Amino acid sequence: MAYLQLRGIEKFFGEHRAIKGIDLTIQQGEFIVFVGPSGCGKSTLLRLIAGLEAIDGGSLMLDGRDITDQPSSKRDLAMVFQSYALYPHMSVYENMSFALKLAKVDKQVIDEKVQNAARILNLTQYLQRTPKELSGGQRQRVAIGRAIVRAPKVFLFDEPLSNLDAALRGQTRVEIAKLHRDLGATTIYVTHDQVEAMTLADRVVVLRDGVIEQVGTPLELYDQPANQFVAQFIGTPQMNVVPVDKLPQPVQQQAPTAPAGAAVGAIGLRPENITVRHTGATPVGGQVDLIEALGAETLIYVSTPGGAQFVSRQNDRTGLRAGDAVSLDIDASHAHWFDTAGRVVAGHAA
Amino acid sequence: MTVRRRSKFPLGLLALRTTVAWGVALLLFFPLGWLFLTAFKTELQAIAVPPLFVFTPTLENFHEVQERSDYLLYAKNSVITSVLSTLLGLMLAAPAAYAMAFFKGKYTKDILMWMLSTKMMPAVGALVPIYVLAQKSHLLDTQLALIIVFALSNLPIMVWMLYSHFKDIPHEILEAARMDGATLWQEVRLVLLPLGMGGLASTGLLCLVLSWNEAFWSLNLSAAKAGTLATLIASYSSPEGLFWAKLSAASLMAIAPIVVFGWFSQKQLVQGLTFGAVK
Repeated sequence: MAYLQLRGIEKFFGEHRAIKGIDLTIQQGEFIVFVGPSGCGKSTLLRLIAGLEAIDGGSLMLDGRDITDQPSSKRDLAMVFQSYALYPHMSVYENMSFALKLAKVDKQVIDEKVQNAARILNLTQYLQRTPKELSGGQRQRVAIGRAIVRAPKVFLFDEPLSNLDAALRGQTRVEIAKLHRDLGATTIYVTHDQVEAMTLADRVVVLRDGVIEQVGTPLELYDQPANQFVAQFIGTPQMNVVPVDKLPQPVQQQAPTAPAGAAVGAIGLRPENITVRHTGATPVGGQVDLIEALGAETLIYVSTPGGAQFVSRQNDRTGLRAGDAVSLDIDASHAHWFDTAGRVVAGHAA
Repeated sequence: MTVRRRSKFPLGLLALRTTVAWGVALLLFFPLGWLFLTAFKTELQAIAVPPLFVFTPTLENFHEVQERSDYLLYAKNSVITSVLSTLLGLMLAAPAAYAMAFFKGKYTKDILMWMLSTKMMPAVGALVPIYVLAQKSHLLDTQLALIIVFALSNLPIMVWMLYSHFKDIPHEILEAARMDGATLWQEVRLVLLPLGMGGLASTGLLCLVLSWNEAFWSLNLSAAKAGTLATLIASYSSPEGLFWAKLSAASLMAIAPIVVFGWFSQKQLVQGLTFGAVK
């Protein structure tokens, strides 16, 4: 049975239709990530679920209860904000116990829960400090602790890692994943970072312009993107998308026939499905534009005479330099073919 | 606090700046200083030409002011009207500022501008209607009339000040309280008020000072019964001619409480007025 169900959710800001009829079903214990470029409506959708913005159309059900018009305080959800939003005039302990105090929970129970959460998050020695005496990472943990203590029905995270530096971000990401595994709490997590989405999610919801483009497990999105947008949004470096008419002849010949009313417009190739070989090894020739040596992997940018540029990823290092002539071994069996509107015509099935 | 000369100002510029600062300060202080001196002179000394700077101070004027008119009654009226009008004003302005700062609508900016624009109208323009209103509701020469009028005339400033203070409170903090299960009242009492205390205090202090010093409405709407210290001072000019020394003594007695009050709260006042600008 659905735990959290969105049916035809709509949101208008003045004349602008920000969220356009979203349907989504979330199961208990799932880790759902909303991802998309900025302005796609992912944060708005989260705020609609949180009750911080009014829902203009559709309905929202939580655990069998209609919460569409309930105020935030009655929804039994906890939210971790990007800016942490800790109460600056309260100690860490007071921050974490605030919700329970409002709910008139017994003092002893509060203390037990706060101490427990503090232990999980390594905050025990900071409980008497105020937020401004903490580092960014510690503040973030307090914000998470404030949510954990309440054991809410759903955890909502609004880009919780974007204010942290890169190293801390990776570390906190792992902690959040571990926390979810240990607590098993239903979680909705908003991010614009597709690496966070891929690593944390049970299922990823890709949004664009207030519409869901695709919902699926991280690997489903990677292997079977529903359209060119999802294909290019998921994966680093981006999927190579090349218009058919710029394709080298041998690859072009492999294009599938489009269904009636559509025409094949472009091919999508993951960088790992292209191998750079010495010149003459394959019929597809090219010239190296740029090498990005990242240590564990090497990205090689190659342009072909037709005017197409491909990026290839390989795991070993290379002696190639910019300007070298090479040939490309393109694994077209893993190609995704898009019609002129960007929809998938044919793609490799995992 | 350590005092350090900032090397980016050359010495000449520093000297000029100091001179100008002292000049302005003396200019501002001069009338007050003059008032203070005159209050301790006899009437004859007060009008002496050239003015006397060395004289034997006398408390005669203060005696006479107290004898001629009931200083304490006027002082009490001033305290009651300024304190209550400030509280009334805060009670009206805080919810308005809260709504404008955190639930900004399409017309919020326009409403704020409109509120401010009412302060640009000369008060005398509204004198007749307000006088008639006060008269018809039998509020002439009552503290209540002054409390209401003071509160309303300070309202635009109070809303503006509180609005800019509240705007500096991150709205996520209030949203976090809502997510934590706080009702509107809990959100205001446990989060907004503690965080906005500085703003509330400085707004309250400023309005207290403004109400205390308010003369136009108290002169026109009150007399012997509800008159504030402003009316007391005014009663020392005209009919029997000008008595500079007594007028000064009365003025000194009228402003002394608020000056002392302002002295003690100046840190809070300055902090409040520059809040946000120097964060």
